[in-house]
Amino acid sequence: MSDTLYLVFELGGQRVAIASEIVDSVVHVVDIVPAPLAPPHIAGLAALRSRVITMVDARAALGLEPVTGAGVRVTVVVTLDGHQYGLIVDRVDDVCAIPGDPAPVRARLGAGWSRAASAMLEHDGASLLLLDPAALIAGARAEAA
Amino acid sequence: MDDILAEFIAETRETLEAVAGELVAWEADPGDRERLDAIFRFVHTVKGSCGFLELPRLERLSHAAEGALADVREGRRIADSTLVSAVLGIVDRIGELAEALDSGEAVPDGDDYLIAALSAEAPKPEPAAPEPASAGQRGTLRSIRISLDLLDRLMGGVSDLVLARNELSRRLQDAGADPAIEGAFERLSICVGDMRDAITRTRMQRIEKLFASVPRLVRDLSGELGKSVELVVEGGDVELDREMIEVIRDPLTHIVRNALDHGIETPDQRVAAGKPPQGRLRIGARQSGNQIIIDIADDGRGIDTDRLLAKAIAARVVTAERAEKLSHEARLQLVFEPGLSTARSVTAISGRGVGMDVVRANIEKIGGLVDIASVPGQGMTLCLRVPLTLSIIPALTVGAAGQNFAIPRSSIQEIVREGGGSVAVERIGSTMIARLRDQRLPVVMLEDALGLPAGDAGARRSLVVVNPAGGATYALSVASLYDHQELVIRPSCPAVMAAGVYAGMTLPDTGRPMLLLDPAGIADQAGVAAITASEVEAVPASPAEARERVSMLLFRDLDGEERAVRLGVVERIEDVSGEQIRFVAGRLRLAIDGRIIPLVGFDKLIDREMLSVLRLNDGAVELAYAIDEVVDIVALEGDVARAPSAGIVAGATLIGGRQVEVLDPHWLFADATATAVDGGDRPLCLLADRDDPWMREVLRPLVESAGYRVAFAGDAEPTSADVVIAGEGAAPDHTVPPARLLKLRNAIAAREADGASVYRYDRAGLMTALQARRAGGEG
Repeated sequence: MSDTLYLVFELGGQRVAIASEIVDSVVHVVDIVPAPLAPPHIAGLAALRSRVITMVDARAALGLEPVTGAGVRVTVVVTLDGHQYGLIVDRVDDVCAIPGDPAPVRARLGAGWSRAASAMLEHDGASLLLLDPAALIAGARAEAA
Repeated sequence: MDDILAEFIAETRETLEAVAGELVAWEADPGDRERLDAIFRFVHTVKGSCGFLELPRLERLSHAAEGALADVREGRRIADSTLVSAVLGIVDRIGELAEALDSGEAVPDGDDYLIAALSAEAPKPEPAAPEPASAGQRGTLRSIRISLDLLDRLMGGVSDLVLARNELSRRLQDAGADPAIEGAFERLSICVGDMRDAITRTRMQRIEKLFASVPRLVRDLSGELGKSVELVVEGGDVELDREMIEVIRDPLTHIVRNALDHGIETPDQRVAAGKPPQGRLRIGARQSGNQIIIDIADDGRGIDTDRLLAKAIAARVVTAERAEKLSHEARLQLVFEPGLSTARSVTAISGRGVGMDVVRANIEKIGGLVDIASVPGQGMTLCLRVPLTLSIIPALTVGAAGQNFAIPRSSIQEIVREGGGSVAVERIGSTMIARLRDQRLPVVMLEDALGLPAGDAGARRSLVVVNPAGGATYALSVASLYDHQELVIRPSCPAVMAAGVYAGMTLPDTGRPMLLLDPAGIADQAGVAAITASEVEAVPASPAEARERVSMLLFRDLDGEERAVRLGVVERIEDVSGEQIRFVAGRLRLAIDGRIIPLVGFDKLIDREMLSVLRLNDGAVELAYAIDEVVDIVALEGDVARAPSAGIVAGATLIGGRQVEVLDPHWLFADATATAVDGGDRPLCLLADRDDPWMREVLRPLVESAGYRVAFAGDAEPTSADVVIAGEGAAPDHTVPPARLLKLRNAIAAREADGASVYRYDRAGLMTALQARRAGGEG
């Protein structure tokens, strides 16, 4: 049994994790150019060196209060299907190895959370939700399809 | 026709190799549906091509095999070893016949036996089958197929070569190499340039090549089917990666066959349905962002979704309950399911609906999409979207609600500023209409279309008249206009693309990401009605009117004057650094994109750090014209007052009430061509006074642009010069024959003092005099 590396961060007051293998980097983004008519959880576009990434408001994707106002955004950059996305999170804690396999989520979560959470992890005596970045990026639209 | 045949043979040969593996696997497991589909597609494709190429023997064979395989696909027949062997026999025969076509040898008949072996009641095959002729000699190949990997490597190699050449060029300049080395280097440069062009051409092709076979196909099919069809092909000049063209070829053929066979009705049916007896098939290609969009639209009967649904339920593609809930679009999508077709009768032309699943499989393989739209009784449109490998497009940057967006230049017709005399925007009901000369165009506010806060009501806005292919022309009202630039477009993520108004995204020099607008998507969003085929017919564009609307690029020239040039010859506008410009081989030249092209300009350009150039292209000759800045794109409204003599300026016209000189593209290209031919043999012009800054800085570029090499007194003997230009102060040099001497005077009115002299700012006079002497020298 091997330890898997996870990126642990805070989102909507909760500590959550995503598998670190799909994370490209964690960056601070200041300038976000909006993308009019895009779904509400798409915060816009941002430049990351010579590339353009799509900014995803992870809180809005979970059905929580969206991020508002200007400021520096803590962003987890992931690549999915050849596109780079920046997930805006509240705070990044750490990258840590968590032993044990993820367990199925048994608790009843809110609509947004249950869509994005793929499993539960045990870490430091507390439960962590393992989020599926693809579900965050798809946002609320995923349900309609 | 020979080309198409050769291509068919090459293709069949290639697919046979691939299908051979499938056949063997299928023989081992006749229940394998995927293998079956692959083999089925092969025979179907062969059948399609042969019908078109008039190869009845091949067509009969493939039609028979297809029929048997279709039975298996639809569950009417079990694939047993007898059937597999029979199909194998036919596939082998197809291969033999294809080889025979190539080598021109005959293959003994025996097709009937092979076809009979397919029937379900066929007896066990007997070894009496005529022994197929030993595979004939393969004909001499005039073309070969190379993998794109190899082409890519070649392309990469040439790019490196160009970079190395550029570095060598810089070093030669610095070191001041002797003319022999420069001459050799020049030859090397030309070779590298040619090679680069050739390799680029191996990858890019005009889509015309793809469309070229369609007219014949339509003609033959409509004759065979007793239908009358008018074919309209648009956008043949769109360039597409060769690989894409190859992948699209079969799907396009399938779609055209389907449209003619099942879409467009017979003349009698059409008249009964209240339509003109002649059907209409429109095929158009256009570039939208980083995609090439190919629309194939017919005005036939459309898809009968109820029948389609019934068939889908019967074939268990969907359940009856789920079918109830499907939207119109989702029902149309069923057309792409393998084995479904609404064709009432199975015909040799388009067959059994296999076309559509092949179409989709092929297009999706290259990352493309197939959209379908159908209105029962009015026709159907298939839209193939395929990615463009080269994703750099010229675009105009505009602003709305404080944000920048790019609009592809290809869809922009013209740009006008509100408040100018040529356009009036009026409100009719809740919509806005722009009156532009004799046109009335719906106005779309970009802010409204994108759901952004409306702009300042009093502000002067600009109208970008866009004409998305296949859609209505409309005016997009934007808060501000920025510049034209070349943008590297990348696809946006699906969530952003789903908004339907974007074609991609880019990171311009500003470092802020920018979205590329899709004018057709905005038209949909804003509810600008698309023009259907029938409307196009109702409003025939008079060619005379079309001629009057000439778009001109208005720019500020380096001498501060506003000049204009026909937009049609401007390929793009680019910023270049002064370092890229050199006076080499007798004229100013610009090194760009690894090539050297002639440069024309009204200034001593080498000293500038940065400048803009217009890249002009007549399809064969390319040149650059140095400018200060682009002012606007305007319509040529009135007449052009012709210049008295041929030269760089064709004449003058009124733009916005101001007199503006209009460049003569013919002269420019002719001048550039002359350079290419003459090379270093340009006539020599000797300027008499080396110390006169006016001669050095002002006169010299003009003389050079007239096609002369320039030398100063002391550098060359006056007798060796083709023409000598002397200023007023210069001491008369009697060794120069008067026919070669051009005297300048400083005062415009002093002609009586010396009748042979030319006023030094009489540009046209100077050019004429220079040309006359040059012509004299050449003759």
